[in-house]
Amino acid sequence: MTDIIAIKNIRKTFPGVIALDDVSFSVSRGEIHTLLGENGAGKSTLMNVLTGLYHPDSGQIQIAGENIHFTSPRDSLACGIGMVHQHFMLVPAHSVFENILLALDKVPNFYSRKKYKEKVQKLIDEFNLDLDLDTPVWRLSIGAQQWIELIKLLMRDCKLLILDEPTAVLTPQETARLFNVLRKLKEQGKSIIFISHKMREVMEISDRVTILKKGRSITTRVRGDFDESKLASLMIGRDKVPQWQKNLQMSDEIVLDIQNLSVRNDRGLSDLDDFNLQLKKGEILGIAGVAGNGQKALAEVLTGLKNTNQGRIYAKQKDITNSNARYSYVAGIAHIPEDRKTIGIAPDMSVDENLIMKSFKSGSFRNWIFQNKKAIKRNAEEKIEQFAIKSGPDGTPVRYLSGGNIQKVIIARELSEKPAVLVALYPTRGLDIGSAGYVHKVIADGADQGMSTILIAEDLDELLKLSDRIAVMFRGRLIGYVDPRNTTREEIGLMMSGETPGEKV
Amino acid sequence: MKLVIERREISSALLRFSAPIASIGVALFVAGFLLLASGVSPLEAYKEIIIESLGSIYGLSETLVKTTPLIFAGLGVSLAFRMQIWNIGAEGQIYVGAMGASWVALFSGIQTHWIMLTAMFFAAFLCGGTWAGVAGFLRARWKVNEVIVTLLMNYIAILWVDYLIYGPWKDPKGFNFPLTAQFSDTARLAEYFNTRMHSGFFLALFCALVLYLFIERTVWGYEIKVIGSNQRAAKYAGMNTGMAIFFVLFLSGAIAGIAGFSEVAGLQHRLQHGISPGYGYTAIIIAWLAKRSAIGVVIVSFLMGVLLVGGDSLQLLWQLPVAFVYAFQGLILFFLLASDFFIIYRLKFVKGGAHV
Repeated sequence: MTDIIAIKNIRKTFPGVIALDDVSFSVSRGEIHTLLGENGAGKSTLMNVLTGLYHPDSGQIQIAGENIHFTSPRDSLACGIGMVHQHFMLVPAHSVFENILLALDKVPNFYSRKKYKEKVQKLIDEFNLDLDLDTPVWRLSIGAQQWIELIKLLMRDCKLLILDEPTAVLTPQETARLFNVLRKLKEQGKSIIFISHKMREVMEISDRVTILKKGRSITTRVRGDFDESKLASLMIGRDKVPQWQKNLQMSDEIVLDIQNLSVRNDRGLSDLDDFNLQLKKGEILGIAGVAGNGQKALAEVLTGLKNTNQGRIYAKQKDITNSNARYSYVAGIAHIPEDRKTIGIAPDMSVDENLIMKSFKSGSFRNWIFQNKKAIKRNAEEKIEQFAIKSGPDGTPVRYLSGGNIQKVIIARELSEKPAVLVALYPTRGLDIGSAGYVHKVIADGADQGMSTILIAEDLDELLKLSDRIAVMFRGRLIGYVDPRNTTREEIGLMMSGETPGEKV
Repeated sequence: MKLVIERREISSALLRFSAPIASIGVALFVAGFLLLASGVSPLEAYKEIIIESLGSIYGLSETLVKTTPLIFAGLGVSLAFRMQIWNIGAEGQIYVGAMGASWVALFSGIQTHWIMLTAMFFAAFLCGGTWAGVAGFLRARWKVNEVIVTLLMNYIAILWVDYLIYGPWKDPKGFNFPLTAQFSDTARLAEYFNTRMHSGFFLALFCALVLYLFIERTVWGYEIKVIGSNQRAAKYAGMNTGMAIFFVLFLSGAIAGIAGFSEVAGLQHRLQHGISPGYGYTAIIIAWLAKRSAIGVVIVSFLMGVLLVGGDSLQLLWQLPVAFVYAFQGLILFFLLASDFFIIYRLKFVKGGAHV
């Protein structure tokens, strides 16, 4: 087989971040090549390099053996590389045909509508798609909209199609149809880069699989040389599960009980679907799951940022589903947000001021209507010392701190009120090993003092190390609980793809 | 070679201090060409501005007279800026403030001096506050853009005051001029040194001090700063951002409204057409120049006062149009915005293209 594209030692850095370290792989003619990796492994960056949006710092892209430099997405399209993005680039008010026409660049000003329509219709018939050319796009299902994106690329005669998690928005039936189309395309000699982290689909469709981890391409496996559990453990890493010695002083008292909770997002899809979860006093409950399977919605509901559609939430038998009740309860929930810079801090204000953001109204920080500057300063000195925050000179705005130190500021603030429950969303994302270890210690110490933690993380190592129990989520549902002391990453990996329900603990 | 714009890691204090001064310098330089084009020597003109506005008791008093409404309006605008709320409507708020104060002065019949002034003060405060509060409510409740609302309400306010003075409030003994009757002495602020300078100026300084303490020392000020710095973080920390937006816009308008009180009670002693020649718009420049600090507003307002009084004398001496003063203000704001860019970013030359 001939390589239609070869990627060699691509490296791409952003200020302070190595997005791609060393990535090499190639795609042959008529091949479906899967890129597998966790969030943050560098898949999107790599695709942006391939489609000419980013310029790599070093490394080559070779097409038919020749080095190519893309300066814009136009260049890569001209080379026959097309991409179906996760977010479709369609004009909702226009018809299917108009949207397809819009994507073509050599349409003459006076064109024969009939001729183009015939061309498009031919493609639709060829792949046996159920698509009416005159329907406005907004009336179509997500799956049908994806067909349009695909036809756009085929009309442009793309040789290499990149599909970024195309099945994330599809029903199983739609997925099956998509796969049939992909197979047909393959027979016609098109090459496809398929991005996914759903094991079953990867198994079903891939000729080869390249695994990305932390910006590196770890290995490329040919069909027959991989199975689901092997891929899962390769993707997550092959380090040994570290044994975490924790006092199992967890009581059976349930502090938070979520029953049949459903939350729909703006698009009407279910973020949480009949979701159940019990949190016990003093426990660290890890939530495992591929990103985008409802973890964020769970955190937002618990911290009062999102409303529920169905189901009940009880805190110590008290119903707090009703948002007003929840708000008052939420005040007692500490929350380490996913997006620490956009909702965690007031970036222009000092460390001192950020540390009191949740408690500025309390008596200890005010005299009548005035702020008690002395108390605020004293509090800051305490916290800075206790959490080893490198805060710079007095009054330095928080935004000048490093990511790790910003995270420490947030954690110091959230834990200062001795909360009963902590909801931590990817608390170590982007932190160096030292800071991450520190965050772990803080959470473990909190548990020793009776704080219950819901720990949502991507890194299975982190979950296995810290959690007393791990709940696995898939498509907004609880698949099951596992005991971190007697489970395997394979088992968790499978559950993360919604396959087998684990044994209940 | 290629020019690249790069974000600075940290902007030095020196840079932040010197950039605005440099931009005023550049504005003076560019305005110099305008002066040259009008056949006036820039150096002569700038000298004239300084002498006329600061060189005599009369000049200084006139400067303070102009400074007074600018401080009020500037404080109002800068308070809202503090929370990333853009109150462009100080001009209208001055007018409704003046209207409120005038209504009390003309129709309340209060006889006691201090009660009268207090009542006028609060009438202006409430009118200005309500006027801006409308925009605050719309913004907080339905996310209606406050820039548009405050701006458009200026026209309503100005035309409404015009209606009053051309119609129902017109002084019957005023020979049909568009003005109300003169206020009685009970409704007038004290004047000093036989000049037009009045106690409104001290009230403005006091207001600046109160606002400074409010922002820097109180719990509410803290809340405003957090919301201004990151509204989502504020919400997440449990703050009622909608209420805060309404409250701050109300207060912002109320303070601008006091300018209207100070103008009618201290200077004009009646409500008339054009009581504010654009103080409310100048206040936007002032608030920006002052970097949202109350003390800064006082200083910058004074500088603007100098420019206004000096500009008047340029008109008298060289028959320069008033538009020149506005052009000059515009230039200052323009270069100031540019300097903000250079405080945050730097330009760098790099060799070769961006890709390997």
